[in-house]
Amino acid sequence: MWAFLHKLGSPKGFYAISGRWLPALWGVAVALILVGGVWGLVFAPADYQQGNSFRIIYVHVPAAFLAQSIFVAMAVAGLVFMVWKIKLADMAAAMMAPLGAGMTFVALFSGAVWGVPTWGTWWQWDARLTSMLILLFLYIGVIALRGAFVSRDGGARAASLLAMVGVINIPIIKFSVEWWYTLHQPASFSITEKPAMPAEMWLPLLSMVLGFYAFFLAVTLTRTRSEILRRESSKRWVRALVEERR
Amino acid sequence: MRAKRKQKLYAILGLVTLAAIAIGLTLYALRSNINLFFSPLQIAEGQAPLERQIRAGGMVKADSVARDPESLAVSFTVTDYVEDLEVRYRGILPDLFREGQGVVVMGKLQPEGWLSADKVLAKHDENYMPPEVAQALEDAGYSPEDYQDESALGAKD
Repeated sequence: MWAFLHKLGSPKGFYAISGRWLPALWGVAVALILVGGVWGLVFAPADYQQGNSFRIIYVHVPAAFLAQSIFVAMAVAGLVFMVWKIKLADMAAAMMAPLGAGMTFVALFSGAVWGVPTWGTWWQWDARLTSMLILLFLYIGVIALRGAFVSRDGGARAASLLAMVGVINIPIIKFSVEWWYTLHQPASFSITEKPAMPAEMWLPLLSMVLGFYAFFLAVTLTRTRSEILRRESSKRWVRALVEERR
Repeated sequence: MRAKRKQKLYAILGLVTLAAIAIGLTLYALRSNINLFFSPLQIAEGQAPLERQIRAGGMVKADSVARDPESLAVSFTVTDYVEDLEVRYRGILPDLFREGQGVVVMGKLQPEGWLSADKVLAKHDENYMPPEVAQALEDAGYSPEDYQDESALGAKD
């Protein structure tokens, strides 16, 4: 177990192991998103009040889940990098940030599009919406801070620190709808509670959520692999690999 | 080396904890500003300012919606099941507006105690249902809202 983790923690070992997982991971991600997407957008019944506009949930909820999970993953990777000096954790964190920012934007945008017909407004400064906007700014801050340093190590430390402090925003997002009066409704779908909708509505949603997580893992592994090659390009094993492929 | 790592871990955890406490206290101090709207109870207690733009929220009381047949004027009662607030509005209501539905209204509180609204937003709850299920519930003599209240209670057990 420890030997395996140790191998996974080194760039070379990670490159070898992730290469074996990747094809299956991409397959699972594409299959789940296709199944969930077609099922949710075409076959699931419309809502009795919102009609078809409720189908935005099949993009909005998985994107919002990922937006928050990726930030937590980034903070954990930052902690591992800062305390145990594992370079790989920093590479993974750097590669996750743009996807997290993108997912946050997708959640905000799809929510605004849904808000116009449902609420009658696309934006309100309510606690949930505002804390989600702050999350987008935190992502942009983490990306910009990393790029603002001349030395790679300095940028990595600053970005890790901002990610670790910024993670405080995640429980605020999650509980905002319970702590304050907001326009946004409480969660319809969570791991711990019975979904507030029938199975033919939440099963495709579950498929989309799992598919988005698989997609996130696949994208992060793929991008981290190229980052490893870029950063370790002078190492002997990378040169040997390149020679082999030539 | 071990001790150095441990020291670093504690330093980071301490920093994050302090930041969390600072943010928590700030949010606690600002709690009334973070709430998007006043409830009818808060308005009845006089917490909302008069004749200034505010938001109020609650459920539209059953059988309280009165429309003027000559114009777009409409009046209805917003309730939190403790206090009621009369709202008068002129304009087009959102599709989801109906009795028993949550709303957020924006407007000015009048000295006589009613709210002159210039925008009405429908609040959606967390429950989703196919139309056939809603229809079947209605045929059986329930409203979908009853079902939702019961299922919400059931989920907490």
